Amino acid sequence: MNALEEFRQSVGPHGPVAVVGGRTRWHLGGSIDPQARLITAPQGIEALDPSEMTVSLGAGTPLDMLDEALAEHGQEVALAGPPGATVGGALAVGHDSLRRRRIGSARDVLLQANYVDAQGELIKAGGPTVKNVTGYDLCRLLVGSLGTLGFFGSVILRTRPRPEITMWLSGPTKPECFLTEIYRPATILWDGKQTAVCLEGYQEDVEKQAQKLHALGLETSSDLCPMVLPPHRQRLNGGPLKNGTVADVGSSVLYGPQPAEAPETTPGVQRVVDRLRHQFDPEGRLNPGRNPQRMST
Amino acid sequence: MPDQLLAELREALGPKSVSFGGAAQLLYSRDSSVFPGGQPGPVCFPETTEQVVACVQAAVNHNRSFVPRGAGTGLAGGAIPCDDPVMIVTTRMNKILEVDKQKQFAWVEPGVINLDLSRYLLGTGLHFAPDPSSQQSCTIGGNVANNSGGPHCLAYGVTSAHILAVEVVLPDASVAVFGDPEGPAGGYDLRGAFVGGEGTLGVATRVAVRLTPDPPAVRTMLLDYQDVGTAADTVSAIIGAGIVPAAIEMMDQKVIEVVEKFIKVGYPQDAAAVLIVEVDGLIDGVEHEVERITEIALACGTRTVRVAADEEERARIWKGRKNAFGAIAQVKPGYYLHDTVIPRTKLTEVINKVYETAERYDLLVMNVFHAGDGNLHPLLIFDPQEEGIMDRVLAAGEEIVQTSLDAGGVLSGEHGIGLEKRRFMDRLFSENDLDAQAKLRHTFDPDERANPHKVLPGGSSCAEINHMDKPPEGTWV
Repeated sequence: MNALEEFRQSVGPHGPVAVVGGRTRWHLGGSIDPQARLITAPQGIEALDPSEMTVSLGAGTPLDMLDEALAEHGQEVALAGPPGATVGGALAVGHDSLRRRRIGSARDVLLQANYVDAQGELIKAGGPTVKNVTGYDLCRLLVGSLGTLGFFGSVILRTRPRPEITMWLSGPTKPECFLTEIYRPATILWDGKQTAVCLEGYQEDVEKQAQKLHALGLETSSDLCPMVLPPHRQRLNGGPLKNGTVADVGSSVLYGPQPAEAPETTPGVQRVVDRLRHQFDPEGRLNPGRNPQRMST
Repeated sequence: MPDQLLAELREALGPKSVSFGGAAQLLYSRDSSVFPGGQPGPVCFPETTEQVVACVQAAVNHNRSFVPRGAGTGLAGGAIPCDDPVMIVTTRMNKILEVDKQKQFAWVEPGVINLDLSRYLLGTGLHFAPDPSSQQSCTIGGNVANNSGGPHCLAYGVTSAHILAVEVVLPDASVAVFGDPEGPAGGYDLRGAFVGGEGTLGVATRVAVRLTPDPPAVRTMLLDYQDVGTAADTVSAIIGAGIVPAAIEMMDQKVIEVVEKFIKVGYPQDAAAVLIVEVDGLIDGVEHEVERITEIALACGTRTVRVAADEEERARIWKGRKNAFGAIAQVKPGYYLHDTVIPRTKLTEVINKVYETAERYDLLVMNVFHAGDGNLHPLLIFDPQEEGIMDRVLAAGEEIVQTSLDAGGVLSGEHGIGLEKRRFMDRLFSENDLDAQAKLRHTFDPDERANPHKVLPGGSSCAEINHMDKPPEGTWV
């Protein structure tokens, strides 16, 4: 029996069940009902092909392991997570990498998902090619759904080439001008006092852009983010930043020390969400207790 | 025709904004696909979200279906009316509502033409990246419905990656906004689920599009080949070397021949294939990539590499590609354009099989396509007057689709499923897979009121209405 079939059987058709990844964001969107059986998804990289820009792997594969394997081929994926996070977990959470401006959104990474649904059936969504509009876009629906619509067993992801170099700069200049002065910076962070900018690409391009930033009052720091990001995400709503928070400029994400309430779901969206839950998991057996609408960004 | 429905629609929209019968009935019976079309009910031209709500509410009140429609440039029959629906034509909702240069997004109405948005943004340093070949006439609402592609989607991604939020009139006439124009919204990605719904999930009435910074430097290259296989190998070698150009387009010998005959852009006429490769970004990286691509191409056996010296030469290289379909239409009056995606490393194998298929059915085939992402567009060219040719065209078309699936490919890269490819869906998906897709459909539209009989296979009289089992007549554009 292959790992995917074993995983399907472990989900089964009855009873509350939750899938465990690296437990790095375990309480996001609500705590799992303690009645739920805990299972894990298959691990391991099945195929990696840089000339197709795709990688196939078990959803339980640690993100670090994937990154290491891709790095050998000069590739990466646009997923992010704390150390220990799994690929399936990063997809289920659906948070973009801090480098979204350069590498794209987590919601565009998943090409094909083989997932187990609430009836315990193995379902294929999407396809293995880098471009595909065959049928409804279940893949984008699944990313960020916190496993409430189905559990990822194995996935095919879009990869991309890694940049030649990465450079962080920081300084006391306010961040507004950098979006327009610099061509596609990977990241701009602002903590109310300091701006940190991440540049990446070919060395000569990065160095020339860095010179522009030097003229604007920033100094080269290193190839690692010079700011410590507080652990909780919330929506940035304008106004001065509170102490201890960091804004991801241009993305509306604010990192803060405390968990924040999610914005209220509008009644129009809530009606669709209710139908969605009813369609995909009428008994609420998959990851019971979790609700993606409680994630603030 | 129930007069009451018509009266209700005219009351809500004004008499000049609802047509029934006559030219409108003919015009809105079909899209740009080869299919003969269906029977539209009242054709409505709303100008506001409230008017779209009124159209959908009228459909609900009278238990009728509705079909949202933009410019009708779709090639898969997605806008063909089935079940005598209320047609909701969004072309009068064509205002660009807001452009936020700092936050790099714009709110637009669905009837804005793709190229008009690009023109409007000229000089702002920003653009809307998806550039389908029909961009001179297709609408943003249509792009959202089909999750449209285009040559530059190789590096920038298809439409979904550029839609931040969408206001939707749902099939029960309620209104919801999915997504967040200023960044990632928390919660289920209903925006992502809606994009590519082919009008079966509701009507987009406002769209927040992501604006992409214009690249400071662009270089366009023309590579030519003595055989298609070497061209295909070059594509894989470029990507495999870690370079993702903004676009890689391929044209085969037959396309080059007609482009040179009717447009004359200077493609080498004795070439078996040409590639257009475009790279963009900051100048040093762009020059570096031109150099690397040249090395890779020559090592693969490329005959010549020409780098456009100026904007005029760049425009000429692209002119041949962008007008290729128009040139092909001069050869024979009918063509059937296919749209499948295959792993790009299978390009040579599949294209050779496409040629074999065409030869076996005694048909002319031309290939002009997005090679960088393996998105094939074989065109079967024919004269619909020739007796028995339609049977051959359809049989050959089906074989091409199967060849693509056998190579590990998918049914559509950018045209969608519409009516055209519903019957092939079960070749790619199991019954359970299709049920899961139906759950997504029913989340938005439990009554299957929006654009019925599209995308998913199933019992339908619409195929018969549209003579799907019979040869399509004529051609498009």
